[in-house]
Amino acid sequence: MELANLFVKSIFIENMIFAYFLGMCSYLAVSKTVKTGVGLGAAVIFVLTITLPINYLLDNYILKQGALAWLGAGYAEIDLSFLSFILFIAVIASMVQLVEMIIERFSPALYSELGIFLPLIAVNCAILGGSLFMQQKDFVSITEATVYGFGSGIGWLLAIVAIAAIREKIAYSNVPAPLKGLGITFIITGLMAIGFMSFMGIKL
Amino acid sequence: MSDKEGLFSKKNLKLLKDPLDDNNPISIQVLGICSALAITVKLEPAIVMSISVLFVLTASNVLVSLLRNMIPNRIRIIVQLVIVAALVILVDQVLKAYSYEVSKQLSVFVGLIITNCIIMGRLEAFALGNSPWKAFLDGIGNSAGYGIILIIVAFFRELLGSGKLYGRQIIPQSFYDFGYQNNGLMLLAPMALIVVGVLIWVQRSRNRKLIEK
Amino acid sequence: MDRNSNAYTFIFAVTLVVVVAALLAYTSTSLKPMQDNNVRNEKMQNILTTLNIQSEKSAIESTFNQYIKQQLSVKIDGSVDTETNAFTIDLKKELKKPLNEQRFPLYIAEKDGKTFYIVPLFGAGLWDSIWGYIALGEDKNTIIGAVFDHKAETPGLGAEINQKWFGDMFIGKKILKDANLGFTTEGNFVSVAVVKGGTPDDNLHGVDGISGGTITGDALARMVHERMSNYLPYFQNN
Repeated sequence: MELANLFVKSIFIENMIFAYFLGMCSYLAVSKTVKTGVGLGAAVIFVLTITLPINYLLDNYILKQGALAWLGAGYAEIDLSFLSFILFIAVIASMVQLVEMIIERFSPALYSELGIFLPLIAVNCAILGGSLFMQQKDFVSITEATVYGFGSGIGWLLAIVAIAAIREKIAYSNVPAPLKGLGITFIITGLMAIGFMSFMGIKL
Repeated sequence: MSDKEGLFSKKNLKLLKDPLDDNNPISIQVLGICSALAITVKLEPAIVMSISVLFVLTASNVLVSLLRNMIPNRIRIIVQLVIVAALVILVDQVLKAYSYEVSKQLSVFVGLIITNCIIMGRLEAFALGNSPWKAFLDGIGNSAGYGIILIIVAFFRELLGSGKLYGRQIIPQSFYDFGYQNNGLMLLAPMALIVVGVLIWVQRSRNRKLIEK
Repeated sequence: MDRNSNAYTFIFAVTLVVVVAALLAYTSTSLKPMQDNNVRNEKMQNILTTLNIQSEKSAIESTFNQYIKQQLSVKIDGSVDTETNAFTIDLKKELKKPLNEQRFPLYIAEKDGKTFYIVPLFGAGLWDSIWGYIALGEDKNTIIGAVFDHKAETPGLGAEINQKWFGDMFIGKKILKDANLGFTTEGNFVSVAVVKGGTPDDNLHGVDGISGGTITGDALARMVHERMSNYLPYFQNN
């Protein structure tokens, strides 16, 4: 039940785009058509679900104060948390690289679909944001971290597909010239975010 | 090379000025929006954030530009990320030590400077191919362009949302006595997006060559 | 040397990592004492604020020691654990332990010849954790001061709990229905509720909720009730 709650919360209530604006750059740049939106969204889910558990283990067995206790009592006091940014981003960058190579090797079809988006993901704030929120929220188990990563990814996909669909339609609308493109996308995203706020406080 | 031209030649000044309007990182290049919007409820964190980005962007721009002939091409992205991450950790540690209150407000968003697309974008597009002095100006220009948007958004959100500026009460009590109400909506996250949307509208109506077709 | 050879790439990577790690380790260790001090000072100031004492940052340590006479780690059965240092207890971690292993910090202060009891609070708000301190008067029943803070409540709505006016509403409220019945009588401990839509000023067990911040308010009232209830056996015995 706790996990289901966390899952729903990470998709709707704490939506990466609508509540925290994370991953906005690629969200705005790649949301011109639904097809590319789905591709990037899938890649985000993929990478978030892989990197969160890895970073969870890193955080709990290496970085946190007292996390090195398994090496012996002498290490129990060491606090390496100042290194977390650099390690997290290294994990993310190398995972993205790895995923890219694996997909290219085993599924060229999927690679040609996702391939161009993967390098973009290393610098997608939603991915690093996921890891940092994971650290801040102090999850008790690796399952929680994984579920949170997966849910956040789905929330991100949902957001980008929704805005892409709207942008496909709005291309035919009579928007004031200075608002065309970027401006109207910002305002629509804002309105969608207000809509998403109605999920606030929902508990399973 | 810049040695032959003056330090503040027209071309160099353009590096500084362009990002403020014609080539603004947020409203034109669409970079670095992620971390920008969540911390614009009040002026103070917005200003601290701008200064942090100014430091990280300028320093990493100069560093990468200095190392540009040494960085192996294959691990270029990772090297840049490591440099940026190291600088961000520095900023985070210093904030925690000297400005604890603000660092609490910025929370995870300091860390997110690492993935601020402005930084990676400028490193890739500019610092790798230009001299340190130019990279320095480019860094200052772009982070100032970023900071301006942040500060304008925070200005309106704090003024209309809580009647304050920089934590001080601006709207006098007599207004409230007459029935004036703070607009609580401005404090909510979505309004940041809408304010930026309106800013883009204003900017492009003034400067019509920026209009998208 | 060839910039694209494996050896060069490797050497470059190793040098970079060593330089960066050394630099970061140095700044981190040199700034650590200041950072820890900030956290400590903030905690002390929060505790003192419930007694309406403000202090300069530099003098906070001595002011704290001047007013706070005792720092106790209270067990759930009301006895005091003399081996645990109350100030270093992290309530967040503590609450995850089994109930009989939990230790609850209690600060006993003296001001103007009167004794006050300060109870730290910690709980879950709408989005993330909320916490605070409540000071009780000599009767351990009347609230004489309260401060709350939060990590990520909705700005302008739930987030208002960290404003002074919100904490001040708790002043004068009582946690017991009937002071003569004592702390452990069933149903006598009622705590203070946060009432949606407001409540009359003479309600001794409720304060006005923040419009638009109902869930945060409920969570806050639950936190006050849960944490205070841990101290009831101690209050009864002493």
